[in-house]
Amino acid sequence: MSAAQASTTGRAPAGGVRWLTLRRRRALLPAIFVAPGLAWLVVFYAIPIVSQLWVSLQTGNPDDGFAQTYNWSVYPDSLSEYHTHLVRSLGYAGLATILCFVIAFPLAYFIAFKAGRWKSIFLLLIILPFFTSMIVRTVAWQTLLADEGFVVSTLRSLGLLNVLGESGRVLATPQAVIAGITYNFLPFMALPLYASLERMDRGLVEAATDLYASRWTAFRKITLPLAAPGIFAGTLLTFIPAIGDYINAQLLGTPQQYMIGNVIQSQYLNVRDYPVAAALSFIVMVIVLVIIVIAARALGTRRLSEAVAA
Amino acid sequence: MQAHTTVVAGAVETADGAGPDIGLYDVTKRFGEQVAVDELTLEIPKGSFFALLGPSGCGKTTTLRMIGGFEEPTSGRIELAGRDVTDVPPHKRDVNTVFQSYALFPHMTVEKNVAFGLERKKVRRDELRRRVGEALELVELGALAKRRPTQMSGGQQQRVALARALVNRPQALLLDEPLGALDLRLRKQLQIQLSHIQREVGITFVHVTHDQEEAMTMADRIAVMRDGRIDQLGSAEELYDQPRTEFVANFLGSSNLIDAALVARQGDVAEFDAGGARVRVPSRLVDGRDGALCVGVRPEKISLRPADAGAQVPDGENSLLGHVTDASFVGVSTHYIVRTDGGHDIQVFAQNAGAGLETLGPGRRVAATWQPEYTFVVAKEAGA
Ligand SMILES: Nc1ncnc2c1ncn2[C@@H]1O[C@H](COP(=O)(O)OP(=O)(O)O)[C@@H](O)[C@H]1O
Ligand SMILES: [Mg+2]
Repeated sequence: MSAAQASTTGRAPAGGVRWLTLRRRRALLPAIFVAPGLAWLVVFYAIPIVSQLWVSLQTGNPDDGFAQTYNWSVYPDSLSEYHTHLVRSLGYAGLATILCFVIAFPLAYFIAFKAGRWKSIFLLLIILPFFTSMIVRTVAWQTLLADEGFVVSTLRSLGLLNVLGESGRVLATPQAVIAGITYNFLPFMALPLYASLERMDRGLVEAATDLYASRWTAFRKITLPLAAPGIFAGTLLTFIPAIGDYINAQLLGTPQQYMIGNVIQSQYLNVRDYPVAAALSFIVMVIVLVIIVIAARALGTRRLSEAVAA
Repeated sequence: MQAHTTVVAGAVETADGAGPDIGLYDVTKRFGEQVAVDELTLEIPKGSFFALLGPSGCGKTTTLRMIGGFEEPTSGRIELAGRDVTDVPPHKRDVNTVFQSYALFPHMTVEKNVAFGLERKKVRRDELRRRVGEALELVELGALAKRRPTQMSGGQQQRVALARALVNRPQALLLDEPLGALDLRLRKQLQIQLSHIQREVGITFVHVTHDQEEAMTMADRIAVMRDGRIDQLGSAEELYDQPRTEFVANFLGSSNLIDAALVARQGDVAEFDAGGARVRVPSRLVDGRDGALCVGVRPEKISLRPADAGAQVPDGENSLLGHVTDASFVGVSTHYIVRTDGGHDIQVFAQNAGAGLETLGPGRRVAATWQPEYTFVVAKEAGA
């Protein structure tokens, strides 16, 4: 290999072949890492979405079969029929997410900064409920909240039954459903919050108080913004699955508390009106996407990527 | 430059008139069983560049954190400008800290970081902008105002931390090993810059360091700390020329220390018996001293001359006879180790100035001589 050879050909010299392949290998590396995940998403996410869209536009009935008719009116029709469920889902999920945040933030704060050597024990306690299935846990709540269950009888023996209002019930109320969702999704909020608080340098809060910030101002100006990636991640991880949840409404509520997940489930499995079920699923997905985009915009993309990194 | 010098002189003058800026009185801090600061009493004059110097773990950071309000003393009292602030939270104390890790807010730009204190104090917008700009100019970072701290080098971050504290014009600035994380070259450069800034702004700087050279270059007063107490307090010259404890003598530079007993005192001169040799010291050094003592002398203050040729010891000088056991040439000077007849090994640094200086090889019989006023007297360490 000589310099002359390299300059006349204008291409990489003979010895450079290896260098080129190295570069090519480097360029390929991300593709190699991404490929399995991408394949997974294509097979189990993109294809079902397209097929769902396809199904939603069909007409027919379970007995005679469905045929593609590009019936776009299924969207406005199912929206007008089930918008109360949709709004209820958003409301329940939103309330549950807020409750999760209010409960999980002090919890995560305590574990990150005050728990000392008990840290791992507390984290384990947060994850512990996951060791049993969500349905089993919710059935347990059903028993606890039942008319003659632990909660009601405790309230009765304390003479506080009137806090429950007219019905005298806990089970089968919106509160029960929201409480159930809050309980079931609490770890999804607590863990990202803990992760973002845990990596925070406590010296920053000291620095803020050194610069004339009260403890509250330091919390507002330093702790909260630095926990934003965790708040964002926790909110999404709680809110999104909560919108589509149907177990809590089914086990702790009545049809009066049914959420959009219950409707979709019954359309698919009981009524077997596949186009309506598919259209509703699609609508929920679009709503979630819009909410994520708005939230990400509000927080800035930098925060979003930090949240993803968290 | 001329104007600058005047400002400095003015600052020093007002400093003399006023009481201490920071006062610690019998301050003790315990962490469980561990005593980090032990009945410390210390007054820091207004406008001074004050260094707290000591080895790692001696309680410097704890002392500084108590002044800043981040730790509460177990007992004792802390005053800022004559006001008792022992129970005052940090955000209500008019001091600012430059933290060792800088503690810059990662989610804010440099400018926002620097503006943080002024915003809390509700300073008007235009004034805030002007002062932030000035502070950034002072540390030569005006061009990087919009950067985030994470995009800056260690030296730049250090200067942001300094600007963020200085911009508030606090009564005193507390610096906890502010140059500790930087490499040597940058450290030297920032030492100069820091002393310069201190003279320019004229506020009290309390600088914590374990680097004796840094303390001596920068500070006009140094408190040497050990085990939560102050061993000795004074200017760099006082501490170097007249250390009063073995610890200070060894922590600042090298020393030759010889166990000695006071044998006579006549007027200005006190005479010690140091392993058989007579060592004279200025008698004011033994005023009020009791217990076991050592006499000491710095290696560069000693002259060596051959003793075999019957050379004369200059009149009135202290002299120890012995022989050279090691001589190493290190360029600017030659370092000797001399075993005295009394059995002590002493270090001598002979400057390589002037021609015809003969290097005295091992085995040569020599007289090590120095003037009595270069001698100091230290308390002998228990167990040493
Ligand atoms: N928060 C703390 N908890 C327990 N011990 C501490 C704490 N802070 C400091 N100490 C102890 O107090 C002593 C002095 O520490 P410090 O003030 O940090 O020393 P320096 O800054 O001089 O290195 C050390 O022995 C240290 O272990
Ligand atoms: Mg320290």
